[in-house]
Amino acid sequence: MSEIRLMKGNEAIAEAAIRAGVDGYFGYPITPQSEILEYLMMERPEERTGMVVLQAESEIAAINMVYGAAGTGKKVMTSSSSPGISLKLEGISYIAGAELPCLIVNVVRGGPGLGTIQPSQADYFQATKGGGHGDYNLIVLAPASVQEMADFVELGFELAFKYRNPCMILSDGLIGQMMEKVEFHEQKERTKDFDQSWATTGKTKDRERNIITSLNLDPELQYEHNLKLQEKYKRMKEDVMFETFNTEDAEFLLVAYGSSARICQKAVDVARSRGQKLGLLRPQTLFPFPEEAIAKLSKRVKGILAVELSAGQMVDDVKLAVNGRIPVHHFGTPGGKIHSPDDVLKAIDEKLLGGF
Amino acid sequence: MTEEIIIAGFGGQGVLSMGKILAYAGMMQEQEVSWMPSYGPEMRGGTANVIVIVSDERVSSPVLQSFDTAIILNQQSLDKFESTVKPGGLLLYDPNGISRPPERDDIRVFKVDAAAEAARMSANKTFNMIVLGAYLQLNPIVELENVIKGLKSSLPERHHHLIPANEKAITRGMEIVTKAS
Amino acid sequence: MDINEIIKPENLVFKRTELMTDKTLSYCPGCGHGTAHHLIMEVVEELGIQADTIGVAPVGCSVLAYEFMDIDMTQAAHGRAPAVATGIKRLWPDKYVFTYQGDGDLAAIGTAETIHACNRGENIIIFFVNNGIYGMTGGQMAPTTLEGMRSSTSPYGRDLASMGHPIKMTELIAQLPGTVYVTRQAVHKAANVRKTKKAIHKAFEVAKEKKGLAFVEIVSNCNSGWKMTPVDSNIWMEENMFPFYPLGDIKVDGKIVKDLMSDLM
Ligand SMILES: Cc1ncc(C[n+]2csc(CCOP(=O)(O)OP(=O)(O)O)c2C)c(N)n1
Repeated sequence: MSEIRLMKGNEAIAEAAIRAGVDGYFGYPITPQSEILEYLMMERPEERTGMVVLQAESEIAAINMVYGAAGTGKKVMTSSSSPGISLKLEGISYIAGAELPCLIVNVVRGGPGLGTIQPSQADYFQATKGGGHGDYNLIVLAPASVQEMADFVELGFELAFKYRNPCMILSDGLIGQMMEKVEFHEQKERTKDFDQSWATTGKTKDRERNIITSLNLDPELQYEHNLKLQEKYKRMKEDVMFETFNTEDAEFLLVAYGSSARICQKAVDVARSRGQKLGLLRPQTLFPFPEEAIAKLSKRVKGILAVELSAGQMVDDVKLAVNGRIPVHHFGTPGGKIHSPDDVLKAIDEKLLGGF
Repeated sequence: MTEEIIIAGFGGQGVLSMGKILAYAGMMQEQEVSWMPSYGPEMRGGTANVIVIVSDERVSSPVLQSFDTAIILNQQSLDKFESTVKPGGLLLYDPNGISRPPERDDIRVFKVDAAAEAARMSANKTFNMIVLGAYLQLNPIVELENVIKGLKSSLPERHHHLIPANEKAITRGMEIVTKAS
Repeated sequence: MDINEIIKPENLVFKRTELMTDKTLSYCPGCGHGTAHHLIMEVVEELGIQADTIGVAPVGCSVLAYEFMDIDMTQAAHGRAPAVATGIKRLWPDKYVFTYQGDGDLAAIGTAETIHACNRGENIIIFFVNNGIYGMTGGQMAPTTLEGMRSSTSPYGRDLASMGHPIKMTELIAQLPGTVYVTRQAVHKAANVRKTKKAIHKAFEVAKEKKGLAFVEIVSNCNSGWKMTPVDSNIWMEENMFPFYPLGDIKVDGKIVKDLMSDLM
């Protein structure tokens, strides 16, 4: 039976993980996402579903626990916030190289360095352009509500297993800490007959050995492997997801994801009430990026404003999609503060309408 | 209907839980709600605030700079949030510890002597419920019955025996709220 | 008697060290961090080595130590303070270099850096404030959290089978040849404060001689994290923390002075 609860985004991720039949979670405390581990410890998922939950000694340990467990074919995940994700990057690169499915949650805070625990979207480049070493990409999902925090857990695993690729939920302290209504699906069984054809589950007589590795000493093989990865990243385009608000007759377009998209929705409402024809496109997947949708809209609107809680990161992808057809502006608030709908409205007047 | 509220005071005054109960009550009557706290180490003893939105429609931005209602429980918060009340909006405050009362005349200003009343009732823990009662008297956006349901969902089972005392505090708050002259 | 007759140098019984800044401490009332800060700064002042001392602050409640200690300081990433201190000390061998770390910082995420700095016998001092919990992030389980102790990530009490044992980092590193002076103290009572100050003096002496690493653990309370009043938390500490983390010297002048085997049981 489905169930409606009032919950923090972080708690919703944890509850959704239990209900999605996740096999294991490995994490280390860091604000503003510690509620994920705390909720899991409180809920005793080992009794509810048999899910394993472990507080590791560090983020490095946690991601390597994920690497090991994901290599056995199970559904495993970790979560952290910016400084912790930076530490995990080596492990994430190995996981991507070894083509293992897993879910990594980043509840972003402001950086660089130890920075601030306040919300931020300044890890966009890190999440969508690889982050660690090598030519790799994560599937990146950007929830904008507590409901999506819950829903994207299952979606994330679906995509991770479909492509055998690590998937990241890129959230932030705002969506993680706020409470909203959230509807949960019924409890899913943990997978018993998972695909063991590639996993390290113990070699049986009827199959070859399975090795989980990202090492290729033969340059030719590494080259082939890289081509295969790129091929896979291209295929991911079929799973691009986005939402549009008031774009049908829009003259100007905002592009924003996650918490910033929520703030922009309000700005669009206010602008519309003033008679300004403003629309919003909200990417739900940041990799793959909804470049085609943006390109299409750029043929209809006069200008685009990318609004993000950073000094300007996603705006680059919007510009690539628009390819110089119309002006693309940026409004952003870097780590520490959050812009309000009023700030966005001011930026719309100054940057988007002012220029025309 | 959309009601955008900021509740602000010291950590430990029950600011966050008052907001939570309001959000729960809204949810109980099938409204859309959001609850966005200030968070971080400042919660241990410093100032705390929470933005609660109760609406018939999908809530857009959970962070705002202007509010229909500000519920203010200390001087710092009054200094910070008085100017953020929309013209015609409501400011409700507890005069305890307030040395510079609100000055705006384009909003409705009310006060509730909740700290003093809680002390008189020897029920300091229900201080925030007296404030909540005062607010609901002025702006009954959620029904008392749903507040009680909200209390039940937000309190762990072992604290359910405290619900009658909280209900009493809410009722008392409804009685003692007055217009600030 | 006129008050000015009392205020004269010979009547002075306590003077706040000049090496603490005027900044209000960010610690919860009753926390041991403040006292530990003062003691270290008093010793630096008494030795007259302010200009020769460089501190390394951790990530944890004492992340802002650099706001309070009036010396040059570097703020390290979570767990990395001993590596940061190594870098400083190797390039400035004649300076006094110390780290100041919590139990999560030193004994969880920083275990490798701690053990290897000790094993290399870096001529630094490590101050280790053990409160058995992650104070900064809101009371999660630490590596030093006692068996059965509740925290936000061990809400039903620390279960040894699934969460492992509390780690005695100080006994562990005492067994490495690179450590010279290893001690465990407390700062909740006047007598303990005096002993701790002596230990800090000794640690700086060891650093001066450059014979290896000095390691001073300070067992402290965390009334916020333990969800107790300051007074109750000190009693709880004496009754629960001290039996598991017994106070006293463990290694002096490079020799272990305590029966570690019986203690590790
Ligand atoms: C890489 C990284 N992971 C996690 C954190 C979050 N964090 C900050 S302090 C802390 C633990 C602090 O505990 P402890 O070292 O025991 O010191 P205390 O606060 O108790 O004094 C953690 C996990 C961080 N800042 N960086």
